Amino acid sequence: MRKKKLGLIVNPVAGLGGRVGLKGSDGLEVQRQALVLGAVPQAANRATQALERLIPLADQFDLIACPGEMGETAAVAGGLAPTVIGAIPPRRTTAEDTRRAAKEMLALAVDLLLFAGGDGTARDVCQAVGQALPALGIPAGVKIHSAVYATSPMSAGDLAALFLQGKVAGRREAEVMDVDEDAVRQGVLTAALYGYLAIPFQRELVQGCKAPSGPGEAAAMDAIACQVVDGMEPGRLYILGPGTTTRAIATRLGLAKTLIGVDVVLDNCLLAADVNETQLLTLAQGRPAQIVVTPIGGQGYLFGRGNQQISPAVIRAVGRESVTVVSTPHKVHTLEGRPFLVDTGDLAVDRLLSGHIRVITGYGEQIVYRISDGVLI
Amino acid sequence: MSEGISDGRFTDGKPNLRRFHQARWDEPAIFELSCPGQRGILVPEVEADIRRRVGDITAILPDEMRRKELPRLPEMSQVHVLRHYVRLSQENLGADLNVDVGQGTCTMKYSPKVNDQLARSPKMAELHPWQDADTVQGILEILYRFEQILKAISGMDRFSFQPGAGSAAIYTNVSIIRAYHRACGLADQRDEIITTIFSHPSNAACAKTAGFKVITLYPDEDGYPDLEALKAAASERTAGLLITNPEDTGIFNPRIEEFVALVHAAGGLCAYDQANANGILGITRARDAGFDLCHFNLHKTFSAPHGCGGPAVGAVGVTPDLARFLPVPVLEFDRQKYHLDYDRPDSIGKVRSFAGVAPVILKAYAWAMSLGADGLRQVAEISVLNNNYLLKKMLEIPGVTAPYAKGKRRIEQVRYSWQKLTEDTGVHSEQIGVRAADYGVHYWTSHHPWIVPEPCTLEPTESYSKDDLDEYAAILAHVAAEAYTDPARVSSAPHNSTIHAIDHDPFDDPDRWAVTWRAYKRKLEERG
Repeated sequence: MRKKKLGLIVNPVAGLGGRVGLKGSDGLEVQRQALVLGAVPQAANRATQALERLIPLADQFDLIACPGEMGETAAVAGGLAPTVIGAIPPRRTTAEDTRRAAKEMLALAVDLLLFAGGDGTARDVCQAVGQALPALGIPAGVKIHSAVYATSPMSAGDLAALFLQGKVAGRREAEVMDVDEDAVRQGVLTAALYGYLAIPFQRELVQGCKAPSGPGEAAAMDAIACQVVDGMEPGRLYILGPGTTTRAIATRLGLAKTLIGVDVVLDNCLLAADVNETQLLTLAQGRPAQIVVTPIGGQGYLFGRGNQQISPAVIRAVGRESVTVVSTPHKVHTLEGRPFLVDTGDLAVDRLLSGHIRVITGYGEQIVYRISDGVLI
Repeated sequence: MSEGISDGRFTDGKPNLRRFHQARWDEPAIFELSCPGQRGILVPEVEADIRRRVGDITAILPDEMRRKELPRLPEMSQVHVLRHYVRLSQENLGADLNVDVGQGTCTMKYSPKVNDQLARSPKMAELHPWQDADTVQGILEILYRFEQILKAISGMDRFSFQPGAGSAAIYTNVSIIRAYHRACGLADQRDEIITTIFSHPSNAACAKTAGFKVITLYPDEDGYPDLEALKAAASERTAGLLITNPEDTGIFNPRIEEFVALVHAAGGLCAYDQANANGILGITRARDAGFDLCHFNLHKTFSAPHGCGGPAVGAVGVTPDLARFLPVPVLEFDRQKYHLDYDRPDSIGKVRSFAGVAPVILKAYAWAMSLGADGLRQVAEISVLNNNYLLKKMLEIPGVTAPYAKGKRRIEQVRYSWQKLTEDTGVHSEQIGVRAADYGVHYWTSHHPWIVPEPCTLEPTESYSKDDLDEYAAILAHVAAEAYTDPARVSSAPHNSTIHAIDHDPFDDPDRWAVTWRAYKRKLEERG
């Protein structure tokens, strides 16, 4: 069997701003400030923790790492002997270095790209490779709004190990989110959805024989889509928020969907794609309308993260009773009991949305789940 | 010199971990042992005279009942069959071998062997359910008497023993709920069943199988079933509530009466899944809480015992208003004779043949009679005491928590979480369970839903002594300590057991799962 190739990129400046209270590490000026405040780089240690989990498999895969602090150092500290590619510029690394490295990994056709960083790093990787290769984040950044990160460095290592052994066959499109750090420092949180990475998807460890787990995310999304499409009414406007679950609804109708944008469907036809708030308000005028959204995986945001087009004004115009939430059971389980969150920027609308809501989780299957209006960063 | 076994068992009167090693035979599947031409029984040739007089006996079989080809059974001698199954039985951690508290939600308890003897006696074993009722008055009397016991325990008015499992009983309850709304002319409108996420998953599954839409409630902030969520769910579409209490977390719903009242106010019926009745026998009653229907698992709570997927009984109990919908036949007694009444026009029909698995009911009856009413209450009290003792011991183990309703006591089981230990060590709950098998005890990680991360559900029923619980807790404490000091030893377990870790991946892959040898061969071929 061909030896698998594992790519490694460490963003050495990820996480610098966190412990010194800078809300992030984007940009050279903030990184300089962080170092002045006594920040200690975290990313290499976190990558090492993940790589240590791979030591038992060391002779079964080739590790390809970026030079020096962008990967090589962490790999060697983790007890592995990497093949080093590219050169590292004699200055602090930048986002451009991450993107360039990711493109090199793509050219080398690594089987899995492990990267240590935060939301900014995930954005850079996403921009460079899209879903052309499976990738997985080792959480090391200050901001982790993206769903592409494992829950801990160790679990990133474990998942990578399973993947390299061919024990994880599934992929999941996971959200890459990022917030505007400058705005956060001024007390405003705006998060946008930048795209999706294909991460290895580990089915929940299947236990005993009493209850097998379901047939996977794709089937679950298809069942949800069937339910939503069955319930569609003629003459009603359907505002489909971003995400793979809402995309399944469009697919069911034979329509293309803007994955990270908002599309509008009327009478089974695509009325408008990738619309903004103004267009939504115009389209919804004088017509019954329904908003269909899905929570952000691992975070639980329904509004205010990646779908700001569906603004407080749009929500008010459509009405809370016309909000349909769709989610696979797996995505609900990743919240571990935490409520859904809304952060539209309008407290009155957040309060309007809060309380219990029915969520479509399958065909003929719903759950009742809480929505909290408390803003959590 | 090696230490004597008995010397090593105790230190200062406390049991040490067992130096256990499972038998390992590396035994193939029986189909792989087949050897063409081998036979277990050689049937003697029929004598020529008999053959001549009887003629071709196969000629009486209609064509459509004849096999096109011979059955593909393994060809083996008797001794090879016997050896095969004895070996498999040795590669087992069965309920009679180990301290079986690690199979939470299953209510594993000791089933007295005398009850098995009763069920195997010719008086029972040689009965046939097609016999005329006049010839089986004895077993019908036992069914009748046991119905009176369950009526007293639940407060319900009539019971059916026909359902052959807990799920079959839930399905029966859902069918009765539908029949009720149909009788009211509301079957089309009332198409939603409400349940909770920590109710036994069979409730949602059976409602779905019966064609209902299923609305599942998540717990509130404190981990209790969420009354506000129920308010958001109940409507004129509500057919009924299917709820387990205590839930599979061991949490008793303190607002159960309000739940029932709310669903009744919306026009729905309430069915109580009493799969977890072991901690409430003789203490709370379904009818007193307002329920319209309930069911008990005789193979769990009433010790019958579990038959590895074999014979079970889910006893369904209903209020007087719903009795007309029960499955046929219903057992009647006219003060002289017992008879089976099939003439019930409103009945939902049959969910299974006959009036219930009689040997199981006999065992449950014998068990209940040997304890008496006070004894049954003691079952509940000891189960709850055992559980809360084990809860305390478990929470002393680093890395263990009991999420939801924190700090509150539990009824008869607890769903624990090893998440902290996993974060600290990378060792998963499932690996802890496999390592526990190295010390001779069974442990499983719990069934769906996996909302509690790294779950483990322990249910120490009344059958286990304090020493048993101490031993079980000591094993888990030892494995947890190993996880912190030598995680690889735990994650590479088992070391003393039958086979190595099993690849679970095919279990939920329709292209690879196989429950028969034929399916296994076919799928193996298809995959190359």
